This record gives sequence, structure tokens and C-alpha cells, in this order.
Amino acid sequence: MKRLCWYCFLYISSLSVLHSVCAADVASLNGGKYVPLYGAKSGEEITVRSFSLQTTPVTHEAYLQFVRTHPEWRRSKVKRIFAEKSYLQDWTSDLKIPPGRKKSPVTHVSWFAAKAYCKSKGMRLPLLKEWEYAAMASTEKFDARQDPEFTRSILAGYETPKTYLKEVKHDPPNIHKVYDLHGLVWEWVDDFNSVIISGESRNDGDKGLFCAAGAVGATDLANYAAFMRYAFRSSLKAHFALKNLGFRCAKDKE
Amino acid sequence: MYHLFKSSFACSVISTFLFSILLSAALSGCDSQKSGQKNTHPRHDRIETKGDMVAQLTSPPNVPAPVGNRPAKKLKVEMEIIEKEAELSDGVDYVFWTFGGTVPGSFIRGRVGDEVEFTLRNHPDNKLPHNIDLHAVTGQGGGAEASFVAPGHEKVFAFKLINPGLYVYHCATAPVGMHIANGMYGLILVEPEGGLPPVDREYYVMQGDFYTKGENGDRGLQPFDMQKAVDEDADYVVFNGRVGALTGDKALTAKVGETVRLFVGNGGPNLVSSFHVIGEIFDQVHVEGGGVVNDNVQTTLIPAGGAAIVDFRVEVPSTLILVDHSIFRAFNKGALGMLKVEGEKNEKVFSGEILEGIYRPEGNVIQEIEPDSAEAKPVKSTPLTKAEKIKVGKLIYDKSCFACHQPEGQGLPNAFPPLAKSDYLNADVDRAIKAVIHGLSGEITVNGEKYKSVMPAQVLTDEEAANVLTYIYNSWGNNGTEVSAEQVSKVRKQ
Repeated sequence: MKRLCWYCFLYISSLSVLHSVCAADVASLNGGKYVPLYGAKSGEEITVRSFSLQTTPVTHEAYLQFVRTHPEWRRSKVKRIFAEKSYLQDWTSDLKIPPGRKKSPVTHVSWFAAKAYCKSKGMRLPLLKEWEYAAMASTEKFDARQDPEFTRSILAGYETPKTYLKEVKHDPPNIHKVYDLHGLVWEWVDDFNSVIISGESRNDGDKGLFCAAGAVGATDLANYAAFMRYAFRSSLKAHFALKNLGFRCAKDKE
Repeated sequence: MYHLFKSSFACSVISTFLFSILLSAALSGCDSQKSGQKNTHPRHDRIETKGDMVAQLTSPPNVPAPVGNRPAKKLKVEMEIIEKEAELSDGVDYVFWTFGGTVPGSFIRGRVGDEVEFTLRNHPDNKLPHNIDLHAVTGQGGGAEASFVAPGHEKVFAFKLINPGLYVYHCATAPVGMHIANGMYGLILVEPEGGLPPVDREYYVMQGDFYTKGENGDRGLQPFDMQKAVDEDADYVVFNGRVGALTGDKALTAKVGETVRLFVGNGGPNLVSSFHVIGEIFDQVHVEGGGVVNDNVQTTLIPAGGAAIVDFRVEVPSTLILVDHSIFRAFNKGALGMLKVEGEKNEKVFSGEILEGIYRPEGNVIQEIEPDSAEAKPVKSTPLTKAEKIKVGKLIYDKSCFACHQPEGQGLPNAFPPLAKSDYLNADVDRAIKAVIHGLSGEITVNGEKYKSVMPAQVLTDEEAANVLTYIYNSWGNNGTEVSAEQVSKVRKQ
């Protein structure tokens, strides 16, 4: 373990361009099939290929390292089209993170910034279907969407204010050994707007999102939590930098 | 008085006549009311706006100033969405999602022909995207799509107020039911040209149902319960966002002789309201907030996502009780408000109690209580033991007392004082007897809380009064006093 951390340290401090990440921070997920709320013909399963996912959202501490080595992503340098004015708003200066939030998820980051961060680590943002696949797992089940307690706790998390202040690994990991998919912050996904803007699903999306019609059975509590995520994502634009929105990175499995 | 200046002579004659009765004009104007035809207001595209103004928004129970005779304008409305924790009942917290920081949201008031420029801001601390669907808007989703806004952002959209009436607005972001259940609704009033007829007092009251993980009264922060919402099994049904929002010190007020107008909405999400004011008759109701005016209404039905304008003149001093007459909601779930009317009595309109008598069905007569009647007819059987008194007393309690004081004597905050562990009760037996047999009104303090409601005199024999009091004194942590019929009789004679 000590050795592993030493390796991490070396990795960070050497400003390595090696396309590798510290193994302890990444979980390996076996692929599978599931029926998503959106993004597929109704009732059809989609396939998720095996992939790796960072076990926690990217923290302030980690993001600070990134802006040290990538000055173009510092608050004062960032191009306005890539990140709106509220980008890293809580930071006290370009290289000073908000006090007391070293281990809490970085927020006020745009999709462009998140993408650049992941690229710098040799990774990428997770796909919507990957993120949802990882997030439907509880501590015991790979698909806990039908478990009312699981859903209730997610919904409760969505309603609790100021959870972005919490530190990562606050709650136990899910069965994939991934932490904090629920309960801290929303997370960017690579194709966050795919459900809304692709082809004719624009109209389908509207119906589902605004009228809560058809797409959701009245008793399907699980979908209610997912619904809120889809609604949230569809309110976003790629340059938005919001207080409750962070990200984590993913990678194809070699 | 503005009626006299209306253009049509016929109209003004009718109006003046109606006004002499009360609050005459319908929203759609008197022509249409009389003829039953569609409203004859100038088409909206012929109404020109003159100048700009920023809309005054108010928190419930207040409403902005009437439009009066002002011309149509460009009306700027700015509203902020705030997700915040607040009390749903005493000791019960809830995370509300609000338009303007209150449930219901800020009241918006405009007139036909106004061109509204609406700015919707979603506070950066909020976790969710929101939007607004105003039922007063003609257009896609009532503005829902155009106003869909992420936290920390704002959206601007514009619309014209075409139809007069009282309309609900609400959030329509998925999951819609949850956004509404958490308090995202309010009212927008579109006045007809020239405004509604003036009244002395106007208030904003809106009903909503709430679904919490714990049962009604469970303390602490209560999360939203989706399953109960789906099952339409409400834990709380309240006016203006919390139990007791309109009772005690926060009661609405009016003076005898004044005209009162209530803008009543129902946010739902699920329940339809049977809106009623105990002790009053609505002189006029704009049914469903629209152009049809009904006279002399006891209870008006307000659909979820609907509203009504209720006008009445208060004639005598009293505390009027606003309820959803689906009555368990009022007495057990919180749908209860008060309107305190102060002023001179008018015994012709209402006398108060004149006479208390004993009613004997077998004799088919009503007899006056004679001073010695209770004592003069001692019970033949041996007096009850304390345990028997408690048993019999419970039956009386369950029949006569529990509706207000509640099954466990816990009372209702701000409305009916508790009997459980009640300092007021335990301090003075004679005072308690007096309250039961003569009733009680005026302010009292029970366990540190002030109550100002009215308890009617209970029609009970001395034995019955003794039994029910013994039951109460020997329940819920009270001091175990045993009350005898003789004691009651003695107090009755005082």
C-alpha cells in the first residue's frame, strides 16, 4: 500500500504525461446489459462494455494539480466559451482552492474543463449509459433500481442542501467499489445532452420531461430518481459551471 | 364607484343596481354576465401597452395593490427559485422548493393586455433545474419549456395576458409531481380592464398536500415520500405552506362591515379542496377563478391546479375558520386557518346562545335547566368507581372532545390547546369544570403556548361532565384527579 501511494506521489509530482492513473483510484467494471430510462427504444436492453471508472468524483486537491500543470484552465485564463463566469467561482485565487474542501468534489467546472482534465489523465468522461450503469448498483446489488430503500436514499440525497461540501468516500462504496455516485454532486457525462438533442427524441424528451407522461409508470420509484438526473442534464449547456456539478473520469478496458 | 363611469349606460345601470347588493361585476364584465355570451372585452391585440412597470410581488397572505384603472403596460416580473428548509408544522422540518422563498410562491398581479417580461432565476445553491408553467399563459407549456433553467442561471421569456381570471402557476420539471409536492406553486391574477370591484381586504390563501416519510406529527427533518404521493395518502394538508400558517397571531383579520376577498388556490399535487369558511356564506364566488359568478355559496370546490375568488361581507364579530370541508384534513392534517372579525355585535344577525335547555325526546319538549335539576335527580344506582368513570368518560371524550383536542389529548398547534400534560388543566379543577359546562373563550396560555379559540359549552349532565373530566385527568400524564358529579353541580350553580 505504501508503495502504491509512493507511486501515486511520484506520478503527480513528476507531472507525468504517462497515460496511466493510480490503480487504487480506479474501479474496474464488468460490462453488462440493462434497460435505461431513455436513450434506447422503449424496453430494449443496451449493452455496456467493460470499463474503468474513477472511484470518487475528482476532488479540489486533484483539480488543483491539473490547473497547476494546465494554466489555460486556471480561473483567470479560461476561455469564456469553454467555461462561464462562475467557473471555479469558490476558489480564492487561481491556485487556491476553497478552504476546507481539499477532499470534497471540485464543482463549478464546465464540461469542456472536465473533458480536458480526463484527457490529461489519459482518460475520458464516462458515457451516460456507463454512468447510469455504475449508478444503478447498491452496496449489494448490481441493479438495485427496484429496491425502494435504495431509491429513497437517492431521492433524499437529491433533496439535501449543500452536499457538495461533503468529502468523498463519505458513504460506503457500491458493489463495483465505486463511491459517491449519489449523495454528493451531480456529475458530467460525455454525452450529457444526447437524450434531448438527438433526432426526434427532442419531442419525446419534452413529453417525458415536462409532463412526466407515458415514459414512467406511476409506481416505478426507481425511474423517479433517474428522471431527476435526466431533467438536470437536459438543463445544461457545455460551458455551464454549477455549484452542485462535478465529474469523474472513465476509461476503456484494455 | 367606478362603475358609474363605464361606457355603456345599460351596463352602468345594472352595475349600480348590483352594487347596491354587493360586489357586482363579474370578471368578464357585466355585459357578458347578463347576456351569458362570451366576453366582449376588446381583443387583446387591440389593447396597446403604455409604459413599463416592475411588478410588485407579495408573499402570502398578502396580495399586491389592485390594478385599478391603469392602462396595460409592459410588466416586468422577476422571480427567484429557492430550495430551503423550513417548518411544515411545529417541530417538523421539510425541504421546500419555492418560488420566491415562500409556499405558495409570490403573488403576481396584472391586467388584461399587460405584456409580461418574466425573468426566472434559479439560485446557485439549488440542486435542481426548475421552470414555470403559468396557467395564465397561452403558449407552449405555459412557459415551461422557455423557462427551464439550471441552478445558478436565469431565463427570460415574454407573454401577453389575454384572459382575465385567477390562475395557478407551478413548476413543471420532471418529476413534476415531486416539484409540486415540494411547494412549487402560486397564483397569478389577471384583472379585467378597470380592475375587480374594490373591497376592503384582500388575502392570498393556497392549499397544498404534503407527503412525508414519517407520519403526521413525527418530528425532525422529514423527507418527501414518493410512494405516499403516488398513493395520494397525504400526511399534511395545509394552507399557505405550514400547519398554523393562518392561525393564532397569524390569523387574517377584518372589521365588522368590511368586504373581504380571498384569492384561494389549490396547488395539489393530488387533493381537490372543498373550500369552506365556518360561520360565513360567500356572497360571490368566481367559480374556478373564471368569469362565472355564483352567489350565496357555502362551499366551493377548488380543483388541484385551480383557484377561486371568494367575496363576502363580514357582518358580526367572530373567528371565522377556513377549512377544507373534507373535514379530517382540517382537524387532523392541518387544513385550517382563521379570519378574526372584530367590531360591534349585531344580535339580529347572530344572537349567540340565548338559552340552554335539556332535550327529552320522549317528552318531545325542551326544558330549561332548573337550578337543582342535576342534584334533584340523583342516580339511582351506586356511584361509579374511579375506574368505571374513566371507562365511561372515554366514550364521552371520543364523542364530544376528540375532534378538537385530538385522540391523545395532544390538541392542534395554534388552534386547540392540548389536554395531555396540560398545566392549565392540572392547575385548577373548577376552572376545567367551568370550561366543559359553560364553554371557554378568550386568550389562555397552555404549556407556554397562547390559544385564542372558542370552546362551546358541552351539553352534558353533571355525571357525564364528571366522568369525562375524570378520564381526562387520568390520561396522558395528567395529575389523576377524580371529579365528582357534586363538584360539577356546585360549579354549575356558581
